[in-house]
Amino acid sequence: MATVTVSGKPAPSRRRSPLGRLLRLNWFGGALGWVWLFIVMIPIYWIIITSFKTQANYFITNTFAPPSDPTLANYKEVIENEIVRYFLNSVMVTVGAIVPAVLISFMAAYAIIRGIGNRFLRYTNSLFLMGLAIPLQAVIIPVYLIIIRLKLYDTLLAIVLPSIAFAIPLSVLVLSNFIRDVPKELFESMRMDGATEWGTLWRLAFPLTRPALVTVTIYNALGIWNGFLLPLVLTQSPDQRTIPLALVFFQGQFGVNTPAIAASVTLTTIPIVLLYAIGRRQLLSGLTAGFGK
Amino acid sequence: MTTLAPPAVRVQEPTTAKSGRSGSVVWMAIPALLMFIAFGIIPLLGVIALSFTTWDGIGDIHPSGLTSWTAALKDPGLPHAIWVTFEIMILSWLVQTPISIMIGVFLAATKKYRGFLAVLYFVPLLLSSAAISITYKALLDPNFGLGAGFGVEWLKQDWLGDSTLAMGVLIFVVSWQYIPFHSLIYQGAVRQIPTSMYEASMIDGAGRIRQFFSITLPQIKYTIITSSTLMVVGSLTFFDLIYVLTGGGPGDSTRALALEMYQKGFMANLMGPASCIAVILVLSGVVLAQLLRRLGGRGDESMQEGV
Repeated sequence: MATVTVSGKPAPSRRRSPLGRLLRLNWFGGALGWVWLFIVMIPIYWIIITSFKTQANYFITNTFAPPSDPTLANYKEVIENEIVRYFLNSVMVTVGAIVPAVLISFMAAYAIIRGIGNRFLRYTNSLFLMGLAIPLQAVIIPVYLIIIRLKLYDTLLAIVLPSIAFAIPLSVLVLSNFIRDVPKELFESMRMDGATEWGTLWRLAFPLTRPALVTVTIYNALGIWNGFLLPLVLTQSPDQRTIPLALVFFQGQFGVNTPAIAASVTLTTIPIVLLYAIGRRQLLSGLTAGFGK
Repeated sequence: MTTLAPPAVRVQEPTTAKSGRSGSVVWMAIPALLMFIAFGIIPLLGVIALSFTTWDGIGDIHPSGLTSWTAALKDPGLPHAIWVTFEIMILSWLVQTPISIMIGVFLAATKKYRGFLAVLYFVPLLLSSAAISITYKALLDPNFGLGAGFGVEWLKQDWLGDSTLAMGVLIFVVSWQYIPFHSLIYQGAVRQIPTSMYEASMIDGAGRIRQFFSITLPQIKYTIITSSTLMVVGSLTFFDLIYVLTGGGPGDSTRALALEMYQKGFMANLMGPASCIAVILVLSGVVLAQLLRRLGGRGDESMQEGV
């Protein structure tokens, strides 16, 4: 790792660690890193300040100036436009898909690792690996057909079922890689104590796999919460809209009322940012707690 | 996709479960398997089957041989959509790769700001393509957006009303969304390079540019392949972004394959030809992924490294 030389005076270059030297000299990459951060932040800064501007204020003040007269009126307008319902729809779809998806993926990952040598499980694993390459877009037409035939069109369950299926391949890959690293002796001692595989799954593997479970949950939750194609194709009535779809409709509905659009975008992004903030900490504590004993 | 996946190489232990005992765990894989077959594998086979039928999306499905394929392949919209997809693929790769590598190298070398930058860099990955597109649409408004804000005349253009500019905007927004992710991948890869290599080259008197080209780049070769595969195969499926940002327009100038498929199938009710486009999408993805893998000259490991 880079040893940071605090003083500005040039140390003999042999002494400084090579990566540190690279940093010192890599001014171009450094400049680019900060410039890109600026580029990343512009739209985010803009959407937040704009959401607090009145419409009149938006048109007369500089685009990037903070609101001279901050208002919550835009948020009020967005909330009055059924956003709570869309929000709950998204929560139901995300939770309804994530919980079963992670649980069955975890069970499958456990079986694949514990049943090494079993041909059926090996084929199952290969099928999941192949599944990593199937893009949702390419199979949306048959998925639509299946959903109609199941009489699930225009329900939240229609979004949930394919979401579960498409979360499985990556989840199984990540979780099985993680379970593989659980020391074999632990499984063996569980067996000595007379525990069944089912008991071992929940009492040994589950707690030890927590960091990976958190990672997989967050990753998939992001994808499902932000999912656009499934709700677009598989639902129709405003009652069943999820957040990303609702945003697009807001955009049409609010028209030139940019501050209201900004408020809807900001409001619907908060839960994801919170989830990420919480997850990051859990991720770290899970890592240390799981192997601390 | 910053997973906690452990290194791929490990000592193969004797199988813990004898074939007799593994019977007790096999059933645990069944729920996931059934679910994946029902909504992953069957649809994959289904899309191939549907490409040989005629279906309006509501009524009955009629087998019709190659009718849909003929219709799909004769449509001048298809080569255009393929061209647009290709353009997006190449341009977004050309923009993203050098910038991501450069930022990744920088992030790997700095210790002070890495955590801070990584947190902020992650933000675009949290947002939905719909939210991003809506934001950019408003921000690029010629009268009240970016141009007016910075007071720069050049920025006050009808960004989404001109076909060349709209393509440029699309590439930019894609880069905005994904460069941070690829930078983080490269950052991880560069940190794996043994410092002794730099030390040795320093003693040999190699400059930093020399070091970059003769050590850093060759050492992250497989990560470049992985990252490029994600970019290239991912660009085939850009849908939300294009749908919301440009709607494929102006005209059909940004109508890529995924959008072409959606419009054929769900707007024009031609599910047969739309399924043909879907099959083309799947095949292109598989072929491109294989090509890039060959390029790496190494098997599966390149897919795991650094991700």
